[in-house]
Amino acid sequence: MLALSYAVPSILIFITAALLTLVGAFGVLVMKNPVHSALSLIMTLFGVAVAFIAQSADFLAAVQIIVYAGAIVVLFLFVIMFLGVDRNDTVRVDPLVGQRVFAGAGVVITVGGLIALMARAHWVTGAMSVSTGGVALAPGSGNVQQLGTAVFTTYIFAFEATAALLIIAVVGAVLLARRERTSDESES
Amino acid sequence: MNSLLASADPLFSHGMTGVVILIVIIKVLVGFGALMGSVILMIWFERKAISDMQSRIGPQRWGPFGLLQTLADGIKLFFKEDLIPAEADRFVFKLAPYLVLVPALITFSIVPVGGTLNIGGHQVMLQIANPPMGILLMLAMSGISVYGVMLAGWSSGSKYPLLSSVRASAQMISYEAALGMTIVTVILATGSLTTHSIVTSQAHGIWHWNVIRLGIVPFVVFLISITAELNRPPFDVVEAESELVGGFHTEYSSLRFALFFLAEFMNTITMSAIMVTLFFGGPAGWIPPVPHFKWVFPIIWFLAKTTAFAFSYIWFRAALPRFRYDQLMDLGWKRLIPLSLGWMLIVAGFVVSMSWGLIMIATVLISYTLLERSFALGQSRGKDGEAILPTVGQRPLPGFALRDFTDGDANE
Repeated sequence: MLALSYAVPSILIFITAALLTLVGAFGVLVMKNPVHSALSLIMTLFGVAVAFIAQSADFLAAVQIIVYAGAIVVLFLFVIMFLGVDRNDTVRVDPLVGQRVFAGAGVVITVGGLIALMARAHWVTGAMSVSTGGVALAPGSGNVQQLGTAVFTTYIFAFEATAALLIIAVVGAVLLARRERTSDESES
Repeated sequence: MNSLLASADPLFSHGMTGVVILIVIIKVLVGFGALMGSVILMIWFERKAISDMQSRIGPQRWGPFGLLQTLADGIKLFFKEDLIPAEADRFVFKLAPYLVLVPALITFSIVPVGGTLNIGGHQVMLQIANPPMGILLMLAMSGISVYGVMLAGWSSGSKYPLLSSVRASAQMISYEAALGMTIVTVILATGSLTTHSIVTSQAHGIWHWNVIRLGIVPFVVFLISITAELNRPPFDVVEAESELVGGFHTEYSSLRFALFFLAEFMNTITMSAIMVTLFFGGPAGWIPPVPHFKWVFPIIWFLAKTTAFAFSYIWFRAALPRFRYDQLMDLGWKRLIPLSLGWMLIVAGFVVSMSWGLIMIATVLISYTLLERSFALGQSRGKDGEAILPTVGQRPLPGFALRDFTDGDANE
């Protein structure tokens, strides 16, 4: 019943996006070299961007690439290169003993929960789309206006709270990392 | 899906027929060919102009005025040995040149080269694509091209390319913020993301061009940050020969090296074209009253404007000394980002109403004063030696690559 309501190209696009996302996600877990993991993460992000475009959320797709692939993963790579953790000395011993059992249980619970939700309702969160309160996104660049209106009216407090949270995190990180010392004990 | 495509490009409004697909394929092929041809011309132009400015002769042997020099160089590089260093990460090493080249190609696809043609009842825009995300595609692609430079340096398994790629990533990320902010001012004035409407909104004469309409500031910020984004002089610390041998492509040879250079020049052309699109009205200009050939003149205007900017990049390279790395970062973070952010707020204010614009000017001026004060405070604290900020972490450079290199004091 679901398959009938979609055209063949849409299904092909969805399968491509899903494959990109899943293969990338597995790559992040499986790759031994952290740089390769980061590259797989980019692949996942591209898959999600393609899925966004297929649902005519062009703006979200562009932002996904600009912010996540263009800035955040670059910072990951920057840290990996900068601190020289890209040697192949993978962790042989678990830092947390017995965490594998709990991790496996977590995966089973999450996937099971998702499948149960999907079986009961068509949408996982119960809403067609979060930004517009059940109204589908307008095609073209119209959805930038929809998103902007939603973010700056309905969800203004959540939006500003997120902004404040990020600023606090940055200031906190700087404070923690750069403690001031006097000049005579400056270098170890 | 069809309605989504048609909302941006009238070519698809009658569905996907065979003719439409043929037109799209022809557009892509012509665009690709034109870009490749202009890259060859650009390399020749750069070498010739630089040699003129430096009182040299420059290439002159191959073809008239040395025009075929680039082809000769390409053939030479093609037949050279393709070397992959033993320490290299082979897969990423092979992947990196394409990560620079492909974004350069894709970005050009959103540039409007001319007006709209009517071919057999089909409205054909003279641009390869007009996606609804428009100019954001350019930002996304410049974000992706960072990876090419970064991974090329890292995967070489050599210390100088690694340093270069760390520099490149920091530099490109920093300047992308200012770049994005100036693009937002253009989007605010246009009210749309697509490059087509950005160009049509500037089509009514020179006073409507964004460079004048938005004040000269966004254009200047855009020009500086795009030069830094391209790693072109005076911001080419990424490939500073005196410090880093050859920069991120030191270990590359043969065709892969050629790909990097192709991408660099292609990016220069594309960014000149993007600048013309955003601030100088794209193909807009005076059209003489000639029957049947009116569609040619927008293309000529576009080419003339783009060539002017391409020449200005060459001029920068000949005239300006290279920035030091810390100066580069200071310029990006302390000057360009606050400037573009403040200007964006002012433009947004004036878009709403005159009074909001004035309020925004006052707010921005107050915050600039505060910012200047805090810069001065930071400067004076660094100098009198009372509080020295220690370096973060153990050593700011990767130990394995710089084992013998950084045993001195990291603060010096």
